[in-house]
This record gives sequence, structure tokens and C-alpha cells, in this order.
Amino acid sequence: MAFNLKYKPYGERSILIEWPSIVDEKVLFDVLSFKEKIRNSTIELIINVNTAYNSILITYKFLNFNLNKSINKLKDLYLQKETYNKSACKQWRIPVCYDDFFAIDLDDMASAKNCSKEAIIKRHSQMSYTVYCVGFLPGFLYLGGLDGTLFTPRKATPRLKVEKGAIAIGGKQTGVYPMESPGGWNIIGNTPISFFDASKSTPCFAKPGDRITFYAVSLKTYYNTKALVDAGVYQMESEVLHD
Amino acid sequence: MIKVITPGFYATIQDLGRFGCQHFGVPHSGAMDAYSASLANRLLGNNKEAALIEMTMTGAKLEFNCSTSICITGADMLPQLNVAKIPLNKSIAIQTGDILSFGKTSMGFRCYLAVSGGINSEKVMNSRSMYKNITKHHVLAKNDILPIIESSAIKAKNASVKVNKAHFLSETIEVYKGPEFYMLSKAERHELFATKFVISKDNNRMAYQLEQTLANNLDAIITSLVMPGTVQLTPSGKLIILMRDCQTTGGYPRILQLKESAIHVLAQKYTGHSFSFKLLDY
Repeated sequence: MAFNLKYKPYGERSILIEWPSIVDEKVLFDVLSFKEKIRNSTIELIINVNTAYNSILITYKFLNFNLNKSINKLKDLYLQKETYNKSACKQWRIPVCYDDFFAIDLDDMASAKNCSKEAIIKRHSQMSYTVYCVGFLPGFLYLGGLDGTLFTPRKATPRLKVEKGAIAIGGKQTGVYPMESPGGWNIIGNTPISFFDASKSTPCFAKPGDRITFYAVSLKTYYNTKALVDAGVYQMESEVLHD
Repeated sequence: MIKVITPGFYATIQDLGRFGCQHFGVPHSGAMDAYSASLANRLLGNNKEAALIEMTMTGAKLEFNCSTSICITGADMLPQLNVAKIPLNKSIAIQTGDILSFGKTSMGFRCYLAVSGGINSEKVMNSRSMYKNITKHHVLAKNDILPIIESSAIKAKNASVKVNKAHFLSETIEVYKGPEFYMLSKAERHELFATKFVISKDNNRMAYQLEQTLANNLDAIITSLVMPGTVQLTPSGKLIILMRDCQTTGGYPRILQLKESAIHVLAQKYTGHSFSFKLLDY
């Protein structure tokens, strides 16, 4: 499916390609498909290609590259045959401990929504979330697909310190803090899985187009898993996605 | 190697930064004023990727445990070798045991110290630029020992260059239209280019915020991609100029994009300095 794309110059050596302003998997997979075409293309001197929900940023090696020529090349490339293989996307199963020890905002959320903590945990862990992009922090995944009943405003005053691995809800989104950071989202659990490791050649296991599911584990399982992760011997649970 | 006796206000190791890993959410990093940094490396005959020390506002005191040559560029922090004043923008010979010390800046904000061969610190994702959670250390500390890469470069003896003071004193920041520039009304555009902006105390390697606000009704955008030099406009009218350590994504309208040379110029300004934007055509 071909969308009507906008090509904009962005500074002296980048081009931004924009899809319609909607959050939609059809847009996401068209973005990812175009990224794949760019990466496999013979277009020279591209040093960086990055994607978000409905955009691609392409950065060239040299300042003052030929803008119109480059845009025309990209337009031709967009119309070429698909090479993107959606079945290379994976579904990752992520253990989460929703115990009160970690879930410091779960009580407040349950009373604001007039439901039990267990109901929130169940709704949070039964969904499959789509990875739309990576940003904000190294290894932070923007996930789509949060149950509407769990939408919760960000905290009025952000915390100065949110723990690494915190599972949180902010507005219409849920996410995992890949490292300790200040943050304003509501914390409902913690995962022992490492979402960013700068020492690995692929520092993030998940990529846009992949899916994430969370499942509840006890404190004991949490610490056992964390020990395996820290020792570098934990086997990630994943399966290949099929349409 | 170099021993850090005192690091000064804020000193880091920087090179050209990280390319090709922004899809992991990893910031670009790299020398804030890449012009001055590359000048220092060039005067020593170093590779352009060579890592150097970036000092902010107040400089470091360092001891050399080898003979080598150095070059200091950027802000003038009144460098002294042992007890003698030494010039900027010039290759200078160093003997084992020499003490190099810097004071408070007298012009500019960021000073670069390059050493022949470059600093041989930890390389992560193809760069030595320090960044929290990427490199082990994100700032230089007292008693740090910095190894140096053995250099076989043929040194241009006494190489020196005169730097145009406009690099530090210019009050013009050249920009291009950002992806959401079109959302601004005619009046907002007029105000944006007529205002003399003052840099607020919130300025660091991630971003510079400005004192003056620009009232607007711009909607947030779906989280999209940003880069160093992007000027974001918040709903409350705050202007945020992203710098080298900025995030890779953002949801505020991107109204302007700094020319790369304007990032270098801005990196030498700090709290209370003022400038106006000048729009360039694509």
C-alpha cells in the first residue's frame, strides 16, 4: 500500500520523510519497509537512517548534498517492490514482578480507577504491545496497544529517580525504563530483563515491528531471573511472529 | 599518560560522537564546538576521530607523565604550562612532569585540549565520547589517569592559526526551517526573528533553554525524530535548542534547525548571553 509521503529538508544534511499523522500499524510497517529499501539500496553516502511512528530521518555524510536529486532517488525507491520481511519480527515475553515492593503507584491507580490491583495487573499483562520506535533513553521502547481503561495521567511532579527496569504507565502509553532516570510515569512493576546493554553489538534485543508481552512473576522468580541476567546466561523467551 | 589533578567545573572526553546507533535511542554526543575540537586535532596532525578533553567554564589541572605535544583551542581559560602562560591555537611541546593548568574562561565557554595521537580511553559503539550509561564514566574526576595513543604522525612544528573572534562574539545564530515551521503564524514567525533571545541557566550538553517565550497554539506532534541543533517549541512557549547529548526522539514541534556551524557558535555561549536567529534558505 502506497501512502502520500512528504519529503522535507531538515538541516544541512538530512531529509525527513513523513507519513500521515496517525498511530497505526499499517503506517509503521510501511515505514519499516521503506527503511529496509533504503538500507539495501545503492544510494551512497547515507550515514544514518532512523524511524519513528510515522517518519524516517535520513542523514547524509556531507553538508549541502543535492537535496532535489536525493529526494527524487528516494521517491523512486519508495515505489520499488517490497523487500521487507514482516515475519522477521519477534514476539518477546517479558517477566514482570508487580509486587508492592516495586509497584509504588499501583495502589493509587487502583483507587483512582475504583478497581483491584489484580484487575490492573491482569489487563496490563494480557495485551500484546507493538514496538513503534526506540528513543527518549537508550533502549526505551515506545509501545502501542495499552488497554484504554489503564490510561493514567503522568504524575504532576516527576520523580528524580526511577529504577532501572521499572514498568510504568504515562498517559496512553506503557513502557520499561531501560536505566535509572528521572521520570513522571506511574510505576506498576519491575522487570529483571535488561533492555539496553552498551557492550553488545546489538544493544537492544527488540526493534520496531516486534511485539512485547508481559507476564507476572513472584518476587522470588524475579530475583532468580535477575541473577541469570546478571550472569549473562538468561535465555530470552521469544517466538517468530507470523501474519 | 595524563593525570587529572583537578577536573575543573565539568570536563569530559569527546570525539566526533556516535553515528548509526540512534535507532537504539543512543545520543550523538561528540564535542559541542566541533569546529574548535577539529582545529586542535588538525594542528597536531591527529586523525579527525582523535579523542580530546572538553572543559566547560573553568578548566582542569593536569600532569603529563610523558613527553608529547598538545594544542588548546576554543574558550580562553588562560592556560599555563608550569608557571608560564601559553597561547591557544598553537602546537606546544610537553615534557614529562609538566603541569598544565587552566583558570576560569575569559572568552567562550568550552575549551579543547588535544594531545598528539589522541586520548586512548574506552571506546563504546565506535566512539570515546563520554555519556552516562554508555561509557563507564561520564565526567572526568580527580586522579583519573588518561592513556594516550602512540602517535607516528609527522608533526608540523610550531603550527598555529588565528581564530576569528566572531566565533565567540557573534550574536547571530543561523538556522533553517524545521519540519513544523509551517505551523507558525505570520506574527509568530515575525516575533521569532525579531526577538533578541537570552540563554537561560538551563543550558548543558543536552539542550539550551531560552529566557523569552513565544506564545503559540501549536499542537504536539506524534513522537518523531530530532537531532542536535533542532529548536523545539513547547506549548508554554519555551524554546529548547537541542545540543550534542540530546535524545533521539521528541514530541514538540521542531520549528528550526541550526546550521551545523551555528551549533559550534552556540556551544561557546552560556547563561545570560544573547543572540537572534537568522533564517537561511534551503
